Amino acid sequence: MPVDYLPILVMIAIVTAFAVIALTLSAMTGPRRPNPTKLSPYESGMPPFGSARRRFSIKYYLTAVLFILFDIEIIFFYPWAVLFRDLGWFGLSAMGTFMLVLLIGYVYVWRKGGFEWD
Amino acid sequence: MDFFDNIFTNIYAWLAFWLHELLMGWNLPKDVESALVSAIMIILVIIVIILWMVLMVLILIWLERKNAARIQDRVGPNRVGPWGLLQPVADTIKMLIKEDILPENADRFVHTIAPMIVMMPPVLMFAVIPWGKGMVPVDLNIGVLWIIAVASIGTIGVFLGGYGSNNKYSLLGGMRAVAQMVSYEIPQVLTIVPIVLMVGSMSLVKINEAQSGWFGMQWFVFAFPVGTIAFVVYYLSALAEVGRTPFDIPEGESEIVAGYMTEYSGMKWALFYLAEYFNFFIVCVIGATLFLGGWNGPILPGYVWLVAKTYALVLLGMWIRMTWPRFRVDQLMNFAWKVLVPIALVNIVLAGVALPIFKMIGF
Repeated sequence: MPVDYLPILVMIAIVTAFAVIALTLSAMTGPRRPNPTKLSPYESGMPPFGSARRRFSIKYYLTAVLFILFDIEIIFFYPWAVLFRDLGWFGLSAMGTFMLVLLIGYVYVWRKGGFEWD
Repeated sequence: MDFFDNIFTNIYAWLAFWLHELLMGWNLPKDVESALVSAIMIILVIIVIILWMVLMVLILIWLERKNAARIQDRVGPNRVGPWGLLQPVADTIKMLIKEDILPENADRFVHTIAPMIVMMPPVLMFAVIPWGKGMVPVDLNIGVLWIIAVASIGTIGVFLGGYGSNNKYSLLGGMRAVAQMVSYEIPQVLTIVPIVLMVGSMSLVKINEAQSGWFGMQWFVFAFPVGTIAFVVYYLSALAEVGRTPFDIPEGESEIVAGYMTEYSGMKWALFYLAEYFNFFIVCVIGATLFLGGWNGPILPGYVWLVAKTYALVLLGMWIRMTWPRFRVDQLMNFAWKVLVPIALVNIVLAGVALPIFKMIGF
């Protein structure tokens, strides 16, 4: 029922208000004495060089893609798990096939070194 | 005992009734009046829940500092209030009146919005937890799915914080945090499947009911081997997901200063800090609900049991934090993908195959 989610909406509103009020209060009460050194990015006391908006390792991208793939597939387990008793052996065999496909992909990624991190 | 068990539901019913009486005098149409009453009650319940959460987290922060001190043979906070109990409050006030530094070239909007996004999901997860008999703020029939879905929002906030600060440590920390959080989400999501499978519902209330019964023998931790394995995998991946110390790569002080929090100060930093403890508390509550029987327990009222079980998990987490050194990044990722995911997958197969066989032999 969509009505069930009404309290959640209220909750989002109240939490957002809480965060905004906290930040505004701190902006109002806190001092504001900026100077160039304070505003420069922290690099362990060294003079900062270059921008931080730079390229980073492809590893992170690979992890994100793997996450999306696995997460989408895992979500299919949930409806099956809820209806497990009703579906019986048919559901079990269907899910076994699904699991097998998932496992083949998993083993493939493992063999290809997708999980290596160095 | 019934009195204490139902005290909160009774207060709720009494308040709703009183509100009803109050509105009687206004001669509103019937449906408008009932809608108004339920709206006010919803807002009240949610405010109470948020206050409850803040209180729990303040206690948690105090407990962690005290506990860490004891383990490291120190005294810990003992100046503000009795046994230093008011230390978190003093810290909050101090954070509030600190300067908020916005580094140059930082993305102003992203930098500000990141802590807000980070602290929102754990509060939303609080809404669906059954705190006691009939004490569910929002009873969703897809409670488990809701928790999983909302939990992943925090990742975005962490990355925004890392990216928006224009600092190399922040960026590295943010990337690491995202990689770690999404990696450990896989085993966490997988390991709840056997529970849903055993109960046949995603509602947390139903999951709680399925674990009632005499003296905790129906708890899913004791449903050997499936439930036990699921619990261990859940707890480890939950600790990693919230970035507690053996898994605190995203903010490893000795490597990347403070990770995505490097450029944050004042209240923004406090929101990150708060979110960390919100998260830690909420994963322990969910662990207690899913695996330790939730509010089921003899003699004492339900909410006392839930809080006690939660604090048992919290103390375990603190103990692990204080006694283990940090993992290396590659060890951490390997642990998620090569250890926890296969275990969780095998566990699902075990649950799927074992249940029909148990049913066949009439267990």
